[in-house]
Amino acid sequence: MRFTFFFREALRSLKRNAMPSFAAMVTVLVTILVLGVFIPIVQATTGAADEIRGKLLIDVYLRTDAKPADVARVRTLLADKTPNVKSVQFVSKEAAYAREKARFPDQYELLGKTNPLPDTFRVTPINPDKISEIRNSLLPVAGGGTVAVDPAIEEVKNRRDQTAKILEATNFIKITMALLASLLALASVLLIANTIRLSLFARRREIEVMKLVGATDSFIRWPFIIEAIIVGGLGALMAISLLAVGKVAILDPFAETFALIAAPETLNFGLLIAILLAAAIGVSAAGSTLSLRRFLRV
Amino acid sequence: MKTTQHKIPTARPSGQRPSGAVVKPVGARPVIGGASSDRVIEFRGVTKLYDGGDIGLDHATFGVEQGEFVFLVGHTGSGKSTIMRLLIKEVQASSGVVNVAGHDLAEIKRKKVPYYRRNIGVVWQDFKLLPNRTVYNNVAYALLVTGHSRKQIREKVPDILRLTGLSTKLHNYPDQLSGGEQQRVSIARAFVNHPPLLLCDEPTGNLDPETSIGIMQLLYRINKTGTTVVVATHDHAMVDKMRRRVIELSAGRIIRDEAAGLYSRDESTREFAVRMRGARLGQPEDS
Ligand SMILES: Nc1ncnc2c1ncn2[C@@H]1O[C@H](COP(=O)(O)OP(=O)(O)OP(=O)(O)O)[C@@H](O)[C@H]1O
Ligand SMILES: [Mg+2]
Repeated sequence: MRFTFFFREALRSLKRNAMPSFAAMVTVLVTILVLGVFIPIVQATTGAADEIRGKLLIDVYLRTDAKPADVARVRTLLADKTPNVKSVQFVSKEAAYAREKARFPDQYELLGKTNPLPDTFRVTPINPDKISEIRNSLLPVAGGGTVAVDPAIEEVKNRRDQTAKILEATNFIKITMALLASLLALASVLLIANTIRLSLFARRREIEVMKLVGATDSFIRWPFIIEAIIVGGLGALMAISLLAVGKVAILDPFAETFALIAAPETLNFGLLIAILLAAAIGVSAAGSTLSLRRFLRV
Repeated sequence: MKTTQHKIPTARPSGQRPSGAVVKPVGARPVIGGASSDRVIEFRGVTKLYDGGDIGLDHATFGVEQGEFVFLVGHTGSGKSTIMRLLIKEVQASSGVVNVAGHDLAEIKRKKVPYYRRNIGVVWQDFKLLPNRTVYNNVAYALLVTGHSRKQIREKVPDILRLTGLSTKLHNYPDQLSGGEQQRVSIARAFVNHPPLLLCDEPTGNLDPETSIGIMQLLYRINKTGTTVVVATHDHAMVDKMRRRVIELSAGRIIRDEAAGLYSRDESTREFAVRMRGARLGQPEDS
């Protein structure tokens, strides 16, 4: 009974406020559309970036003349005295030789029995973003250049140079996306607030009477909140329909061709819809609260 | 309903309504709050300063007993509406104490104000009707937004419209009614819950004298059910003829408070109407 009253009053307002309601609805539609396109993209690129970061390793090459005692000492150094180290894997020069020979049999044919490869430790960092910490700890800066902390260490190498660019690119996508989404969400909130402000104005007599006869604040507010949610919800539903059409018509046919789109990290559609609807309702609630706070001091 | 907390005690003469409520004789003492008297309204040294520095009310002290009919008179800007606004807690007193039914209004929390207001009917000069709703729905609206059920609405609205003489106008919109009829609708809306206190701010301000008498007659009938009625007005002729208590204000001060002993409380509505219209006997009473 109450709810039907609130709902009827909300619809009444919507009819009276058709144009501003429509404008607010379109803004919500665009916002949700952008979110609906970008969330999966960010999801996919983040998945890719995480994979790259997971593979970030530091190779610590020992001198070719390193003795087993040197190997043991460096192992302790890496495992116990170096920051940000998650695990250390030892690759002996023999193992490295066998593996490389299997990969490049022709080249190794020429080398004969000589083994040019050093003993190597592969160090996995705890935090891939701070991988340089390990390198700096092993090769502290001294004088003009760097000197290894242990004389048995020949070289410390990471693959940061190639991976940094990929990480930067994904970060850029994320930041741009977040900025755009925030701007659109802000516009939606303001336009919904405007719609509600107009219907507050259109219904000022009703509100006055309600206050006089002793309607509670929440009773007065509900029709406006419902109105906002209808506007936001309709915008979201239309955006989601468009996204669904887009997914079926464009994405699915290509999914077989491009591995990225079909990547398992891509969000499932049901969850995406739930997130988008929640966003629309959040935007509506924020917009109506903004107006009700300012203009409905009961 | 959740109105118990700030209920204003009321007295109803017997046989007044088939509501089945406990019937109290006129002048019964209030059961609530252990207040000092059965005063419905008590102002003690109340001053109201508006934001701009205007004085709305200046150290006003007066009391209104349960079941009284009181006029507030005074020039424009003398503070009549300010008293009304203080009573419904639309504005707060700058100093002094406003008591209604033994409750200090300053102590009623903001959230409780709506429940408090359900005990007070208010009638304004400009009616404050909703133009897009019929007579019936204007009255029903007041019940709807205070959480009454459809059943209660179906019972109460026709009753009050009969009492106010609007039974034939249920489906008219406000702009299809005369000023007097519109004011009756607003009185019906204010009184549909039978509040113990009815406040009328210039209820006849927009009406011609004959129509005004009809409205005053209706208010008098409501008063006779035990409801305390406070009427602010400019209409001195009317006030003189009514012979009820008059509180006169000037620049926010009370300058006269005549508890006119002139009138008998037992006068019937019909006798009242006859007296108000002067010697014109034989006028049919609409009821
Ligand atoms: N909202 C307000 N803000 C500032 N001053 C106000 C406000 N309302 C009333 N006043 C001032 O308070 C004083 C009393 O006003 P009030 O409305 O109580 O007078 P009134 O007796 O009802 O007058 P009227 O007969 O014209 O209705 C006036 O000087 C008025 O200007
Ligand atoms: Mg006034």
